[in-house]
Amino acid sequence: MSKDLSPPPSTVPPAGWAASYEEEPSQASTPPSPYGAQGGMTSLKPFGWAKDNLFNTKLNTVLTLACLAILWFAVPPVVSWVLLDATWLGTSEECRAGAGACWSIIVVKHRLIFFGTYPYDEQWRPFLACALFVAMLGVSGVRAFWRPGLAVAWALVLVGMGVLMWGGVLGLTHVPNDKWGGLPITLMLSVFSITLAFPLSILLALGRQSSLPAIRTICVGFIELMRGVPLVSVLFMASVMFPLFLPEGVTIDKLLRALAGLTLFTAAYLAEAVRGGLQAIPKGQYEAADALGLGYWQKTWLIILPQALRIVIPPIVNQFISCFKDTSLVTIVGLYDLLTAATVATTDPEWRPFFAEVYVFAGLLFWIFCFSMSRYSQWLERMANRYNRR
Amino acid sequence: MSKLVQALNSARVRGWLYQALFLSATVALGWYLVSNTLTNLGTRGVATGFGFLEREAGFEIGESLIAYAASDTYLKALVAGLLNTLTVSAAAVVLASILGVAIGVARLSSNWMVGRFAAVFVETVRNVPLLLQLVVWYTIMNRLPSPREAMEVLPHIFLSNRGLKFPVFVEHPGHGWAFLALILGIAAALAVVRYGRRHRETTGKPFPTLPVALAAVSLPPVAVFLVSGAPFAFDVPVLTGFNFEGGASVSPEFTALLIGLSVYTAGFIAEIVRSGILAVPHGQTEAGLALGLSPAHILRLVILPQALRVIVPPLTSQYLNLTKNSSLAVAIGYPDLVSVTNTSANQTGQVVEAVAMMMLVYLVISLLIAGFMNWYNQKLALVTR
Repeated sequence: MSKDLSPPPSTVPPAGWAASYEEEPSQASTPPSPYGAQGGMTSLKPFGWAKDNLFNTKLNTVLTLACLAILWFAVPPVVSWVLLDATWLGTSEECRAGAGACWSIIVVKHRLIFFGTYPYDEQWRPFLACALFVAMLGVSGVRAFWRPGLAVAWALVLVGMGVLMWGGVLGLTHVPNDKWGGLPITLMLSVFSITLAFPLSILLALGRQSSLPAIRTICVGFIELMRGVPLVSVLFMASVMFPLFLPEGVTIDKLLRALAGLTLFTAAYLAEAVRGGLQAIPKGQYEAADALGLGYWQKTWLIILPQALRIVIPPIVNQFISCFKDTSLVTIVGLYDLLTAATVATTDPEWRPFFAEVYVFAGLLFWIFCFSMSRYSQWLERMANRYNRR
Repeated sequence: MSKLVQALNSARVRGWLYQALFLSATVALGWYLVSNTLTNLGTRGVATGFGFLEREAGFEIGESLIAYAASDTYLKALVAGLLNTLTVSAAAVVLASILGVAIGVARLSSNWMVGRFAAVFVETVRNVPLLLQLVVWYTIMNRLPSPREAMEVLPHIFLSNRGLKFPVFVEHPGHGWAFLALILGIAAALAVVRYGRRHRETTGKPFPTLPVALAAVSLPPVAVFLVSGAPFAFDVPVLTGFNFEGGASVSPEFTALLIGLSVYTAGFIAEIVRSGILAVPHGQTEAGLALGLSPAHILRLVILPQALRVIVPPLTSQYLNLTKNSSLAVAIGYPDLVSVTNTSANQTGQVVEAVAMMMLVYLVISLLIAGFMNWYNQKLALVTR
């Protein structure tokens, strides 16, 4: 039996994409309108549309009525809980008296949820760091900015973030990183781990494709080991075993250990995505490079990678999404990320009954990030396909 | 000299050289880490080796399939944790598959509203971290009313902050025999399916496979059940004082983990099913119709075999993910493998052995699942000349 955990690439178009951790199904196979097969071609009037898409068969009529019944019973209570009966700025007593959601807990606790235990008076710094970061993320999504300058800008922004968070220079007070918490931890861990994992994953993927058996075996072994165990166990390993690995007297702090664990884990999954890209390059490209007399690294750097990496941009974005969600696991090894901060906010005895509001809020934050990125990756895939189809 | 240069220019010699360099670097790194670890363990006075497995664990496990007490060994505690992991994963795989297929099909429905409902479900569960979902389910389970005000979700099935209570059959030897008959029935049905296919392929005549196979599966256990006197007594949970008596129960941790894992994975399976069905061109259906096949035959003989070919590989990774994600149980206090290993490591200080064992066990589970699904996939794959 093959030791390979990933599905055989030949069955998955385009090769190897299914190997990514939590893949989006390829949008290429989706027709323009997945719902309402008959929709849009008959009548534009609302009545005709409803007849075509909601009441075209007996079964569909029953289903539509059932859905409408669910909406009829579910929407009014939800709307009154979320909006009409909600308390927005009251005290916890007013919340207990009210029937709806208690959004005041978010108003009161938002600094704790966003920034954790960061010193209260200095919290403009993580705020600025996150704002810079999100702005940078937005800029990176625009194709017109995809040029070498972007990498320089990212380096500057990351240095700026580090200065803002750590302080100690430019008159900013020093804040040790065991005081950091909340959104900055989540954002920084996910971006740093994917950034550091990317070059490592290219090397791993190249190693896996290599013709040299020793190198191939070690790379396959590492990739399959990481993909075969849960992230929690890697994080445990990072938090309890890394200190043992280092020579006596050298310590490495908790945040960096978790980052190292996340990076190794992400690199294994990314390597499979990159391998998909490498395998999608026609053999003729390799042969043409050989015919030109290029050496291995010239061939890889000038011919193969530029084509392969363009193909794997959407799976990389998907990997980033799952990495972003996975950072929430660092709460298990005792780091203070967004989820930990939200959980801490719900343990205040005064506000204890209002856990739902906090989790809805934290879930919404995660959802906004992940959903926009997944939409972006689908758009990227459509662009790539349009480019290829011609 | 020139011979050396010539040798260095040969791709084979260079290949050996690179490999030797890479291998020695890896070995050196490994040796460095191991020696550091041994020194560190030595200075901290931590024992090494797997001797601790034989010692008394001394901690309780909330729920376990095998009889386990605090006086049992660490090994038994770890086995109990492993069985808990396997139980919750197996149950969640089944639930997630059913839910996922239903939602994937619903998302393709020609009914606009059903499609929208499914889309909202999928986009919600996929874009919120599983850990957050688990914490939410667990908080909900914990804040359910106490057993005295338990909700009766179905007749005799109670949901309270102590978990789910449900009736079970009173044990009777007839059950064992009926179960045996069921297994024999399944074996007979598989034989019928094989025979039916061979019959159709050799003679070209249809064979009523489905009714015969169904009869082979269902008749023997029912017959045995009736012959053994139809032992149809239920042990029904009854509220006495502050808690329930009788019936069986699952803990709130298990329930929360099961719901969370199933719902989350169902979102991913739904998308896989959807893309698999969309991958079969409509011309295949039309070709089936042109051959005079019935819609049921088209689905079973034309659409499904082709859709499954697209569905199975990514489905494998989802099952693997689910099994690995069950390790998040540690966050809500379900005693799975990770949580038991963690407790053992904290008590004995032998983190290296504990983490290594945990990783090895997960690796073996992953390889087994991957091996089985690869075998299944090979059976489905296109047979080319």
